[in-house]
Amino acid sequence: MTRRKPIATGSDWNFEILETFEQELARLADEYRLDTYPNQIEIITTEQMMDAYASVGMPVGYHHWSFGKQFLAVEQAYRRGQMGLAYELVINSDPCIAYLMEENTLMMQVLVMAHACYGHNSFFKGNYLFRAWTDASSIIDYLVFARKYVAECEQRHGVTAVEQLLDACHALQNYGVDRYKRPSPISAEEEVRRQAEREAYLQTQVNTLWRTIPARQPDDALPGILGGDEDPLGLRVGGRYPPEPQENLLYFIEKNAPLLAPWQREIVRIVRKLAQYFYPQRQTQVMNEGWASFWHYTLMNRLYDDGLVDEGLILEFLQSHTAVVNQPGFDSPYYSGINPYALGFAMFSDIKRMCENPTDEDREWFPETAGSNWLEAVHFAMRNFKDESFIQQFLSPKVIRDLRLFSIVDDDQEEMLEVTAIHDERGYRRIREALAVQYALSLREPNIQVYEADIRGNRSLTLHHVQDSRRPLGRSLYPVIRHLHQLWGFPVRLESIAQDGTVARRYQWPLPDEDVRE
Amino acid sequence: MTYFIDRRANAKNKSAVNRQRFLDRYRTHIKRSVEEAVNRRSITDMERGEKVSIPARDISEPVFQHGPGGKRTIVSPGNKEFVEGDRLRRPGGGGSGGGGGEGNASNQGEGMDEFAFSLTREEFLDFVFDGLELPHLERKALKDLDEVKPVRAGVTRDGVPSRINIVRSMREAYARRIAMRAPIRRALREAQQALDEEERKDPVLRNPSRISELKTEIERLEKRLEAVPFIDTYDLRYNNLVNQPQPSSKAVMFCVMDVSGSMTQAHKDIAKRFFLLLYLFLERNYEKVELVFVRHHTAAKEVDEEEFFYSRETGGTIVSSALTLVDEIITRRYPPTQWNLYVAQASDGDNWDDDSVNCREQLVKSLMPRLQYYTYVEITPHAHQALWEEYESVAAEYPDRFAMRQIVEAGDIYPVFRELFKRRAAH
Repeated sequence: MTRRKPIATGSDWNFEILETFEQELARLADEYRLDTYPNQIEIITTEQMMDAYASVGMPVGYHHWSFGKQFLAVEQAYRRGQMGLAYELVINSDPCIAYLMEENTLMMQVLVMAHACYGHNSFFKGNYLFRAWTDASSIIDYLVFARKYVAECEQRHGVTAVEQLLDACHALQNYGVDRYKRPSPISAEEEVRRQAEREAYLQTQVNTLWRTIPARQPDDALPGILGGDEDPLGLRVGGRYPPEPQENLLYFIEKNAPLLAPWQREIVRIVRKLAQYFYPQRQTQVMNEGWASFWHYTLMNRLYDDGLVDEGLILEFLQSHTAVVNQPGFDSPYYSGINPYALGFAMFSDIKRMCENPTDEDREWFPETAGSNWLEAVHFAMRNFKDESFIQQFLSPKVIRDLRLFSIVDDDQEEMLEVTAIHDERGYRRIREALAVQYALSLREPNIQVYEADIRGNRSLTLHHVQDSRRPLGRSLYPVIRHLHQLWGFPVRLESIAQDGTVARRYQWPLPDEDVRE
Repeated sequence: MTYFIDRRANAKNKSAVNRQRFLDRYRTHIKRSVEEAVNRRSITDMERGEKVSIPARDISEPVFQHGPGGKRTIVSPGNKEFVEGDRLRRPGGGGSGGGGGEGNASNQGEGMDEFAFSLTREEFLDFVFDGLELPHLERKALKDLDEVKPVRAGVTRDGVPSRINIVRSMREAYARRIAMRAPIRRALREAQQALDEEERKDPVLRNPSRISELKTEIERLEKRLEAVPFIDTYDLRYNNLVNQPQPSSKAVMFCVMDVSGSMTQAHKDIAKRFFLLLYLFLERNYEKVELVFVRHHTAAKEVDEEEFFYSRETGGTIVSSALTLVDEIITRRYPPTQWNLYVAQASDGDNWDDDSVNCREQLVKSLMPRLQYYTYVEITPHAHQALWEEYESVAAEYPDRFAMRQIVEAGDIYPVFRELFKRRAAH
């Protein structure tokens, strides 16, 4: 039995105590092979936390009204006591910045350090998506560059002009990412150095594309392709542009929109780069929160086992932890979707359990994981998956039973909803499948791609929406294509393609005349 | 590797710019809410912020989303009694959320249809008085002004000890010491050299009288060197202050109200609201605003606020009595060179038959030349009487400084106020 020699008791903290705890956590984290960026822990006030919260986790951001809206919402909810402020906020940067709120109790501070500085931090450094898509060491510099650049544009071109451009870009920012191609990491110095060069270069590129008299490719002259009564000279021959559909709408705009000024292209690029930076976070909610919760739980319990915290603190912790990983049922008034903390924590804990105490079921479902070294297993899971594949791979029957997951099919051609699977032998696989799909960003967001820019004709832009299970686009699409039209400068068409390949619906902006009259 | 950084002393309000951008963008929405609030609020209740709601669809940031329809599978937790194959009726509102991807703070406002937030008191008043300005705010000619403000004006050689500029004084002393000591030092160095030379000579050749002469000289010089004072009276420098005439930033507001029997409590409430708006508005334009309450029936009297609004009187009405009293008070206590003078008068339009002419005389001859602005509101649903007509001729004479409007019910107050003070094109 270890003798209890708690580092501190009570709920007050000071910097010495925090440092001592931090060192202990670092020692334990090392034992568990948590590889992290250096930590930069900042103590801030409530107001500062609201500021940080409102700027969607960017420690420096350009100015935009939408962040003000966010701030007002946070402030309102906080003042009315509807929402505790997030007690942790952590930024994927090197060093990894974590915020501690001054009014937190000692337990909270230790919990946040364990959760953010070792949980999230090691996830940012270890997970393959973050490794491939973001460059933690340069993000702060890039944000500073972006803020300065936007501010400069505001001075030169007016706040309204920049604001409208940003509105349009924000509407499309979820389509500003390369989903498959690995982007080059962003670096601020590089960015500044190359920016002038790029402006000039980009403009010439665009000009070539849009030159008024298209030089005909030699192939165009082939008599076979030449012709048609509509186009006897073959002016429109030469293939579709772009030859392949493009998923990254903002990239396509940046490179091809005919009328944008160079500074506008640069701002499109800034929004695109930031969307790219946040893209991994949107794909790893469950894993990231689950991993951090798993480690704060493990580390806090170790602190207790080693006698470094007293009973009061650990009980306070358990109460807080239970609240965080609580999953209300679908019929509860508190239900607001699946709690990523709860699901992630349950899954990582379950991986550990099946390594340490495998059952027959585990051996059958997870022959490679069951009975192996748990630390290896959780690290492997953290490094190599995103939410979608993580659930597909590791959601065990036990977790399905514990959370009592069930799936319902909502088909607008049926009058009733149907329960298609519950937590039983027949349902496990189906639930796992369905839940993985639910977290697949590529299916959660409508699949929209640039299909054609009519560079030889009226310069209109055509997008294709490929329907998934007949699901149509929501009404918000009109404001969005209006924004797209502002960027593109010429008519924008959107075609919804049904599964059989036919065009189910067409939308366009500007609206055709008869719609305007309505 | 871990660093702790205490950021608590850093500025908060990093979001101030974004907040302002938001308020600017939704100016018209917010203004509408504010106008409603002004009309709804009780009289004493202008001194706080306001909760404002904007329809969520007006401020949404659109993105491509799936609409309702099609076929989708939703996984939810907390199954109690369902088994596979159960068929359920669709719940009322349609699809309840699947993944909580977009879920953030705004979902937790009241309902999804309204985006609600609070304006601070300052922001609220900004909106209340947005686009308004005090007419006739031009600075009074400096020569009329008695009001002065001391400003720094360099340093001088004389002044009071409390205003000594230490750095400058010490610098002067240092320069003086260098200057005064330099010739003495030079002489001292020469004497010392001569003495050294003398002493280095062969003892036979030394001149003892010369040596003692030099020694006395050195001693004398050293004494002189010491006698140079470290600091002297003419080293001292003082921060200089001069009095600069100031445009007045003080205003006094005269509230004049008829309390004769014909003014009901409802009339007074309306008047009070009007006075209050004017007071708040003046307060934003001047550093200091004083209030003088003058009420009258057949005789005028200066009273305190409580009595002004709530005590009842009866009897006839002689408006000119109040104007005479205001005139007296100005002469006695508020010289127009130091004060910006505003008069707001509220009445139901009744006046003693022959008195209205006196009022006009009083205003045109004596009061108006001294006032910044005079507003008259007549709280009556009825036709105008003699007073209104006489005042119209005053307004014709002082179109920039004299304004009059009619108020019928409480809802008119704010619009009338806005009309009275709306920003005019430069005249």
